[in-house]
Amino acid sequence: MTLLDVENLWVKFPTRQGIFDAVRGVSFTLGKERLGIVGESGSGKSMTGRAILRLIRPPGIVEADHVSLGGHNLLELSERDMRAVRGQRISMVMQDPKFSLNPVMTVGDQLIEAYRLAHKSRRRGARQASLDALSSVSIRDPERVMRAYPHEMSGGMGQRIMIAMMLIPGPQILIADEPTSALDVSVQRQVLSIMDDLVTSRGMGLIFISHDLNLVADFCDRVLIMYAGRVVEVCQADKLHEATHPYTRGLLNSLPRLDQPRAKLEVLKRDPAWSDAPSVSGRA
Amino acid sequence: MSMLEIRGLNVWFGHGRDRVDAVQDATFSVGEGESFGLVGESGSGKSTILRAITGLAPQWDGSITVDGAMLIQKRVKAFYKTVQMVFQDPYASLHPRHSVDAVLGETLHLHGFSDIDSRVVKLLDDVGLGQKFRFRYPHQLSGGQRQRVAIARALAGEPRILLLDEPTSALDVSVQAEILNLLTDLRAEHGLTYVMVSHDLAVVGHMCARLAVMKDSRIVEVMDVDNLRQNRAQHPYSQELLRNSIGA
Repeated sequence: MTLLDVENLWVKFPTRQGIFDAVRGVSFTLGKERLGIVGESGSGKSMTGRAILRLIRPPGIVEADHVSLGGHNLLELSERDMRAVRGQRISMVMQDPKFSLNPVMTVGDQLIEAYRLAHKSRRRGARQASLDALSSVSIRDPERVMRAYPHEMSGGMGQRIMIAMMLIPGPQILIADEPTSALDVSVQRQVLSIMDDLVTSRGMGLIFISHDLNLVADFCDRVLIMYAGRVVEVCQADKLHEATHPYTRGLLNSLPRLDQPRAKLEVLKRDPAWSDAPSVSGRA
Repeated sequence: MSMLEIRGLNVWFGHGRDRVDAVQDATFSVGEGESFGLVGESGSGKSTILRAITGLAPQWDGSITVDGAMLIQKRVKAFYKTVQMVFQDPYASLHPRHSVDAVLGETLHLHGFSDIDSRVVKLLDDVGLGQKFRFRYPHQLSGGQRQRVAIARALAGEPRILLLDEPTSALDVSVQAEILNLLTDLRAEHGLTYVMVSHDLAVVGHMCARLAVMKDSRIVEVMDVDNLRQNRAQHPYSQELLRNSIGA
């Protein structure tokens, strides 16, 4: 079943040197799956995620044939209707929990606020639901965490709180933009497995944006590889190491590996033809 | 002979009941021309060891010996001719309103060189940047180019030890490969000794011959990279770290 259908998405920024295209004609569909988007900085992967939620501010321009969620084209909705989509139907987890939680509100107040906005419920029910949400992301002492402020939490805790908050309204789609790159390797795994459990048990669609090829290969079902605003290759995540595009191969080969020591790492040689080639469709 | 020797190093921040012991009883030595890695999770104290060596963390005891000379609390000028540091974030470690030429020129002047002009040219060539970058400002450079400037600045005083604090963690993997190759070449050319901090076992495995694993402000294990590759870590925490990185 297709949850989200994106056709020919462009993100443009007018500059003094003319229009800069950050995303150029990206198409893909998302079902109940974990879809990875990988690429280097500046490849347009984060812009793709933000454009879906219409979070690109003017003068940035988002254009697409359609971005449809359950039959509605998100680009045609009013700003008011769009607010009902953000968080309620599509949620987003950002990279750094330090900047996405409100520093002057306790964690509990923020969770309760999110719950009451979504469910129009009374305060007492909201409190219990928030406690449950915290336990569902493996926070051991939810009562204490509810009273704490974000700066009292570690990065891993903060990110788990973010995930709990994003899941409270019960969205169908979660967009995670580098959710673990600010975290340690050991905590990274933990956060990912929590996210994985929640997404699988609720039958959600996940868009996982990352620069880490190995992580995506491990964690996702399908991967789009982006370069210079376009999708250059689409493959099954478990076959990522058999990828054929020279850019993907170059990225994989430039990683140091513990099991294959080398004196020198391979350096990626960029071919201008990569950015000229048309975008590959990521339709399932 | 060991170039850098650390015995029973303790580093702490704050006083009284706010005291935090960031490093406790750290002991290791790095031979001349060797490359030594420090790995562990954030807050384990790995960067703090580097900061204590350079004098950026003033509250420490124990002994730090650099090239046979025991350090006292105050660093002398000659120390900075021997030891230099490259920081994690090339966006934060360069002055935004100083051109590359000014950054390198000032450093060379402070090290007491007089032939500054020819040395700036040489440094830029050494780090693979070339002349056209000489008069650029940091915002006109990419992350990888900035890190090259930071490395050039560290090399200006012709040091013998480079302390590398996560030199590639803010960079893309393709750029990371370029910078790691550059560091490998520079070590071979100048006979440098490296101490490299990273949370990425694969990067440390690529660059270093030996490494120390840190957890909760203590070194739990010092081992050869060969042992690491063959999965022969002793301490349970090192094994866990290894599992996490191999699985990735």
